[in-house]
Amino acid sequence: MSEEQSFTLDGRRVPFQAGQTIMAAALAAGVYIPHLCFNREFAPHGSCRVCLVGVNGRMQAACTTPAAAGQTVESETGEIREIRRGILQMLFVEGNHVCPACEKSGACQLQAVAYYVGMLAPHYTHFYPRRPVDASHPEAVIDFNRCILCELCVRASRDVDGKNVFAVQGRGIEAHLVVNTPSGKLGATDFSIHDKAAQVCPTGAILTKHRGYEIPIGQRLYDRKPISVVGDVATLSESKGGRRHD
Amino acid sequence: MAEPDALIQTVHDIVQRHGGMPTRLLQILREAQDSLTWLSPETLDAVAGKLGVSPDKVRSVAEFYSFLYTAPRGSYDILFSDNITDRMLGNRELLHALCDRLGVGIGETRADGVVTVGTTSCTGMCDQGPAALVNGYALTRLDPPRLDRIVELVNGQIPLTQWPREFFEVVSNIRRADILLGRHFADGAALRAVLKRGPEAILEELVKSGLRGQGGAGFRSGAKWVSCRNAPGEVKYVVCNADEGEPGTFKDRVLMQDFADLVFEGMTLCGRVIGARQGFVYLRGEYRYLLDALKATLQRRREAGLLGAAILGDPTFNFDIDIHLGAGAYVCGEESALIESLEGKHGVPRIRPPFPTTHGYLNQPTVVNNVETFATAAKIAVEGGAWFANRGTAESKGTKLLSLSGDCKRPGIYEYPFGVTVRRVLDDCGARDAQGIQMAGPAGHMISAKQFDRRICFEDLATGGSFMVFDQSRDILDGIRNFTHFFVHESCGFCTPCRVGTSLMRDLVTKVHTGHGTRYDLEEMRKLGRIMRVACHCGLGQTAPNPVLDSLDQFPESWERRLRSTAFEPAFDLDAALEQARQLTGRSDPGAYLREEELMLGTMP
Ligand SMILES: Cc1cc2nc3c(=O)[nH]c(=O)nc-3n(C[C@H](O)[C@H](O)[C@H](O)COP(=O)(O)O)c2cc1C
Ligand code: SF4
Ligand code: SF4
Ligand code: FES
Ligand code: FES
Repeated sequence: MSEEQSFTLDGRRVPFQAGQTIMAAALAAGVYIPHLCFNREFAPHGSCRVCLVGVNGRMQAACTTPAAAGQTVESETGEIREIRRGILQMLFVEGNHVCPACEKSGACQLQAVAYYVGMLAPHYTHFYPRRPVDASHPEAVIDFNRCILCELCVRASRDVDGKNVFAVQGRGIEAHLVVNTPSGKLGATDFSIHDKAAQVCPTGAILTKHRGYEIPIGQRLYDRKPISVVGDVATLSESKGGRRHD
Repeated sequence: MAEPDALIQTVHDIVQRHGGMPTRLLQILREAQDSLTWLSPETLDAVAGKLGVSPDKVRSVAEFYSFLYTAPRGSYDILFSDNITDRMLGNRELLHALCDRLGVGIGETRADGVVTVGTTSCTGMCDQGPAALVNGYALTRLDPPRLDRIVELVNGQIPLTQWPREFFEVVSNIRRADILLGRHFADGAALRAVLKRGPEAILEELVKSGLRGQGGAGFRSGAKWVSCRNAPGEVKYVVCNADEGEPGTFKDRVLMQDFADLVFEGMTLCGRVIGARQGFVYLRGEYRYLLDALKATLQRRREAGLLGAAILGDPTFNFDIDIHLGAGAYVCGEESALIESLEGKHGVPRIRPPFPTTHGYLNQPTVVNNVETFATAAKIAVEGGAWFANRGTAESKGTKLLSLSGDCKRPGIYEYPFGVTVRRVLDDCGARDAQGIQMAGPAGHMISAKQFDRRICFEDLATGGSFMVFDQSRDILDGIRNFTHFFVHESCGFCTPCRVGTSLMRDLVTKVHTGHGTRYDLEEMRKLGRIMRVACHCGLGQTAPNPVLDSLDQFPESWERRLRSTAFEPAFDLDAALEQARQLTGRSDPGAYLREEELMLGTMP
């Protein structure tokens, strides 16, 4: 066995194995780096940019950057927190996130990460896009207003469920999530709430029908402890207030 | 629209011609559209079926490229190049006049389905604008008489082949030649050199020459070829980046038009050196007019034994070149997005590392170089590294092609040894009254007259070649605002800070430019720019705020004289609420914005 390699993250030594990213190594060592499009069960995507860290002085996405011996990684600095806050604010104004009216409030990763990075208000001017809600499926509803284009449902449906129900289409600010049927309706697909794709959404964009407000506001996943302590809603089982089916 | 059976047959024939290969998807969709004017859901499904790929993949490609249309389009599709240099030459007036005369709104198709008029990003005709594309073919030097003729031709539904030839004439405007453009090159000389001296010796010359990537980033070409040569892998590829999407650049167009042999020779040389048998030219869609001539040149080279099997009679020297056309996506100039596009996908940049030299086309080791880099490499193989390194500066050897446009008497191509001062260039091109230069395009840097003694080289002002001159009569902010629109249009949409940040930046710049901004908004632009620079996934988003940030430093007075006196302007802005109406009507003139007094009184004009 080769000697254990390590890098430093905010002054703390983090061991890693060859081929691991900074994110994976940090997670394994119990150090939280905020993230949205990353889910340890999937290949890194690198699109949300919330996991930005300083690597030897250069900003990189922790979820896509390979760990290397002797790297100096910074995460919780004032500057990086400010950048992350800015990115979160962009996501909030790009979509329509009316948290008080959302079933996911309190157990939403987007909201929890926003609190974690100290975001108090959306700051930028809202885009107020006009996006429909799709309630055509008997078991699930998609509210495209809350989609942050992390493509986790796309990846889960394609790579785990083998159904290829979702896709992102369009370029630039026109990019949007679609359902892969001629009608564009979820009801016309073989999607099921038992699919992996139904469990990975970090926001309230994909919701299960008939199960609203089972856990009262105030007792939800992130209501008492921050996401850095509790972990991601998608990786926690339902019994623990998460979305994961065991 | 075509009858169902005819449609299926058309698609079938096109897919057959491309050997049913999914990597040809973008080419197939381009050709299907050429036959059918737009890509209907039936067409897309037919393509997906014939190729055996999922319909959503086909749709995502069709939706990504701006020259592919998933809604009906006129038989004549006219797109005005909308770079700031076209605007300086009066393209907006021509655009409005044409729309009026044809009876169609900007971005709309006329009810009879005959014509669509819209705008597109810089088409690379900056030295002979105002320019446009009609059904993908370049129109140059537009003026009112040409417009009159175009109206008649469109209304008379005259086929493009019968339009006056001179409308499509593209001139090269080579104003200054040095070692690349000036010296004669005998076709095949570089290939003879590599056969005679061996790949190692040629690589040594290339390293010794100090040649750096001429696409702008300046990576050392010798090192790139060495690393691809050494990368494990049986099959390797050579890719020539002729996407030339940076507004204000057109030197690759001139090389492809006048020096195609030299470029192909450089690629073939590279193939021999790294051990590749296949090369691709990724030619931007805007240069569609060059395609037939380039294919003919390739054929001539095959017949001359300079391409194809057993090159120069050596049975171990096999290399061929294929040309792929882009379809209107600046991001596809980024090398990993380009490779995605070559593979028939939408052009989202890959996660790097790994880099193309180890994981490129179809995940095989690939050299991606700029057009000018390949042409220069061919010369170096013949003349030697020392010959090339004789010119230039310590860190930037040799020469650089500059594309000059904007306010100067003699726009065109200028070849200079690296290290030339901005002032010298301005003198040579007859720019008497410059107040600023946008160097290296919107992604590069804006410099003011105080900096005209700076030198063009990697140590000082690095550039891919774009050089746009603004004279004293111009409002610098017109340019900045034009560039922010460019980046909104060209963002691939993959990462948050680029997808959303480019729109936020455009809105902030517009707010200040139209007289509604305060000092607070300038600070907001700086903050947003700082985030985008470090947080974006690829170079597009990272450089998108450059013009704004530079001009805030270099031309503070241009910004400040637009400011309102208050320190804060509320985010809800009555005038901004009119934006949708402005977009629908294609208006950006002062009259389309509320004036300050009207805003304060809350009254509409
Ligand atoms: C958004 C973006 C657009 C680019 N466009 C081009 C281009 O049009 N032509 C080009 O040669 N390089 C372009 N590049 C640089 C390429 O990624 C790459 O560095 C270059 O093709 C390498 O060739 P070189 O080393 O010979 O310059 C672009 C990069 C970015 C980030
Ligand atoms: S998805 Fe999350 S952030 Fe969006 S409205 Fe719901 S709770 Fe708020
Ligand atoms: S629906 Fe949810 S999981 Fe799917 S892309 Fe949008 S935010 Fe991500
Ligand atoms: S978590 Fe790393 S970019 Fe989204
Ligand atoms: S969207 Fe392409 S760099 Fe961010």
